[in-house]
Amino acid sequence: MLNVSNLQVSYGAIRALHGISLNVEKGEIVTLIGCNGAGKTTTLRAISGLVRSSGGSVSYEGSDITRVRPHELVRMGIAHSPEGRGVFANLTVEENLELGAYARSDHAAIAQDKEKGLTLFPRLRERLRQQAGTLSGGEQQMLAMARALMARPRMLLLDEPSLGLAPQVVSTIFQIIREINAAGTTILLVEQNAHMALKVAHRAYVLETGEIAMEGPAQELAASDEVRKAYLGVG
Amino acid sequence: MASLQDRAAQFKPAPMGGAWRALWPLAFALIVGVLMQLVLRPNIDAYSSTQILNIGIAIILAVSLTIVNGFTGQFSIGHAGFLAVGGYVAGSLAYYGSFAFFGSGAAKLGMLSGLYGAPAGAPVFTGGEILFFVSLLAGGLISALLGVAVGLPSLRLRGDYLAIVTLGFGEIVRVLIQQTPQVLMSKEAIAEAPAWKVPLSVGGSLGFGNVPKYTSHFWVYAAVVITLIFAYRLKQSSTGRALLSIREDEIAAEAMGVRTTYYKVWGFVIAAFFAGIAGGLYAHTLGISLSPVDAGFQKSFDIIIMVVLGGLGSISGAAIAAAIVTYLPELLRTPETLEKFAVVGIPLLIVGFAMLGMAGRRSSEAELRSGRDRRALPRVIIGLGAVIVGLSALAFVAKRFNINLGEYRLIIYALALIVMMITRPQGLLGVRELWDGALYRPLRDFFAPRSGGRGA
Amino acid sequence: MPGDSSPREELAKLSARPVSKGHSPCPRFLPTPAYRVDTLLQTLKDGLTIGSLYALIALGYTMVYGILKFINFAHSDIVVLGGWLSLITATAIVEKLGLTPGQIPPWWVGPLVLLIAMVACGIIGFTIERLAYKPLRRAPRLNVLITAIGVSLFLQNTGQLQFVFGTRPRAIPQLLSDQTLLQIGNVHIRLLDLVVIGTAVVLMVGLEWLVFHTKLGRAMRAVSFDVRTAGLMGIPVDRVISITFVIGSSLAAAGGFLWALSFTSIKQPADTSWVLLGLKAFVAAVVGGIGNVRGAMFGGLAIGMLEVFGQQYINPALKDVYVFAALIVVLLVKPGGILGKATVEKV
Repeated sequence: MLNVSNLQVSYGAIRALHGISLNVEKGEIVTLIGCNGAGKTTTLRAISGLVRSSGGSVSYEGSDITRVRPHELVRMGIAHSPEGRGVFANLTVEENLELGAYARSDHAAIAQDKEKGLTLFPRLRERLRQQAGTLSGGEQQMLAMARALMARPRMLLLDEPSLGLAPQVVSTIFQIIREINAAGTTILLVEQNAHMALKVAHRAYVLETGEIAMEGPAQELAASDEVRKAYLGVG
Repeated sequence: MASLQDRAAQFKPAPMGGAWRALWPLAFALIVGVLMQLVLRPNIDAYSSTQILNIGIAIILAVSLTIVNGFTGQFSIGHAGFLAVGGYVAGSLAYYGSFAFFGSGAAKLGMLSGLYGAPAGAPVFTGGEILFFVSLLAGGLISALLGVAVGLPSLRLRGDYLAIVTLGFGEIVRVLIQQTPQVLMSKEAIAEAPAWKVPLSVGGSLGFGNVPKYTSHFWVYAAVVITLIFAYRLKQSSTGRALLSIREDEIAAEAMGVRTTYYKVWGFVIAAFFAGIAGGLYAHTLGISLSPVDAGFQKSFDIIIMVVLGGLGSISGAAIAAAIVTYLPELLRTPETLEKFAVVGIPLLIVGFAMLGMAGRRSSEAELRSGRDRRALPRVIIGLGAVIVGLSALAFVAKRFNINLGEYRLIIYALALIVMMITRPQGLLGVRELWDGALYRPLRDFFAPRSGGRGA
Repeated sequence: MPGDSSPREELAKLSARPVSKGHSPCPRFLPTPAYRVDTLLQTLKDGLTIGSLYALIALGYTMVYGILKFINFAHSDIVVLGGWLSLITATAIVEKLGLTPGQIPPWWVGPLVLLIAMVACGIIGFTIERLAYKPLRRAPRLNVLITAIGVSLFLQNTGQLQFVFGTRPRAIPQLLSDQTLLQIGNVHIRLLDLVVIGTAVVLMVGLEWLVFHTKLGRAMRAVSFDVRTAGLMGIPVDRVISITFVIGSSLAAAGGFLWALSFTSIKQPADTSWVLLGLKAFVAAVVGGIGNVRGAMFGGLAIGMLEVFGQQYINPALKDVYVFAALIVVLLVKPGGILGKATVEKV
């Protein structure tokens, strides 16, 4: 469904990605794990067009999207929930959700999807008229995910959904990620919390300083010695 | 083995050295000033003479604003307010002081004063010049005092909000000057007026043209030299580094123990002082009638344009840009001057700037490794050619179709400004200085063997 | 600048018609008696007129600042342009209709002129944004500011060319009858006053509705909060920014039109009066809380009232000082503006 080949990104003279290749099949949860500064977020940003790649290509459902602008990508069915959540603090929760569906104009279906999202995240229903800036960190993350779903994406790019959240909230979030996937959305998940990410994902890539160090089924990677030592803090 | 104290003493400057360090800039400034006045000035026409003087004053203004906008990163768009305050204070002191000491408001020129030099048989030095000098300093000091007042809001405000306050400051100065009473033209009028009102009688919106006209190439360029050396030393000093750290990241600077508000206010004070001096020089220039508009935002914008065009934080850049911004609109007055300049001046300028520009542009990895920019020289040549062709074409068209270029000069200037901001946002020199070796580096890079390059 | 004082004073006279009426010939240090209800009402009316014009212009500043975070110094030139375009179209229409000077044209001329000026200025605003500001999206803000100054210089000096508008002040033909609708004591409330205030209010209510109750408005607020994330929502950011410029510029044109109607004589900004108008509108935006649409409306009214009341009851010569002093006081006491939220700078 999504094919990244030999993707390169530089910030000025600094190379952030040295040619990354990965692919995501329909219906999968694929996770990208790695340390701080390994290039996970940059990879997502390059896929969704937020940063310019200096080489390589990205294709989605067979068409090349390397140079496609972020807002056009949404119309093609890719939604990106950015790192640090990025909710619009000056807008209400409801307005945030409606913005998620900006690219759509089928009002009836939008209302349905909003209902669906609120069922998925009941906490948001209580806060519908509140300004998003007043939500707690976990609620903002839920809002960001619900908002991304409002675009009715076939593919969801999630950037660090567990960042800065309490452990309990983290497990709720991952539970929901699984539910979203079960409902038919393909997910590319970037996570520092390798433990949780490997639990929900089907396959995984390990990123080290801008290169793919390992890849394979999530369970296998979770069992491998290197990953256990480096990312799971075991052994 | 020498004790630690002995060794530390080695690093203290010797007393003589300290005096030398303080005095040579003054001596150098005097020499430059005297040369400008006695050697250069008599050999140029009146028009160029005025232009060169204006450029000097613009340099002082631009360099002083560089201390606030460039070094400290505070955003001041009311700098002309300081110019006006310095000008009006110095002008009023010199004018009414002349009445008090010499019985008339006319200038008592010595050999080194006056835009067109002193009349034959003038004394080497006069009391009037002492008064002028004292007035200049007073203008600078009062202006610096106001600098404290303008700098203090930076305790609470940052970025654009501070900018708006400085803008408001300039406008308030302008309006207040507009309210001042008429200039007192005679001894009798001064005697009649209440004492407190005399120094405030600076003409309101009619302007203040009666200031004795002492300003000369000597005074201006001596001040230019001192300003430049001061700014350079400030940049190198620990104070300068504190200022720069505020520009880079105010919060980090504070965390490092830099007293940010203290230094921010200092930045404003120093800048205001020099702007005040420039104002005093401006007020005493022949042909200038100081007016409230000199405090307005349009004048402030001119100074900011110089600073940004030169490259934020670059002293030499600000100075060069000041010269260009002052001179460019003049150039465009007639096709003849433009042609002359296109043939002689522009190539020199372009070679210089294009090379300076190239110095910071090594981007591709191969170039990073070899330390040379292979595109530098071709770019220089293309840029040079384009500008010569463009200006010549402009001159030709203007002549051919009898277009009065003077009418369009500010439009051309505005367009050039926009294009410059879009194509070279970091200004002419970026943050570097002329003496950083930027000028010769591309040449060296071009001719140097590949192995001789620096590491990435 | 020698030409400075006279047009300024002229403008002051125009905008302060009632000041010297029937009062002491030396109003500078003698405040006019405050007990006259007429004076109070007249001042209120003037404050409302000028305030609503400020508000209209302030909206343009605040919208651009809200989204691109820079002070669009060229905005006041768009106001002037709007004034001049109204003048030219009005003159042309009046000529076409074959009216003699002093004859009042049919009612539809005013709205038509307003519409033409707004559309034309909208197009010009769009062009300016695309050519001058868009290439600088990622540049330091100081650069954008200098570019704005460059655009302002360009517009000013182009307008001053003889074959464009020239430098001579001209008056817009009379579009409304001078009839008084309501008279309270010595205060005449004319049709003109109602039209000026009414148009401004209608435009502002329209904008309020657009920003807070439409999809486009939601997108504008999202872009103003975070451009990057807005793009991820599928919002075409560049288009939203362009639309913002178009709206701001057409409101500026409306401001210019209404200004020309109220004060009849318009000039190129060779003098500071027009730029000062823009600057005060900008102050209004800041005082109200920049980036905040309601703040701009409130700030405009507040600054207009402050100016007119200070002029009437304290010292007419210092009216600009009140405005800028208010600016400094408000910023020091409440840096985010009266209706704005104080933002804490993030690390």
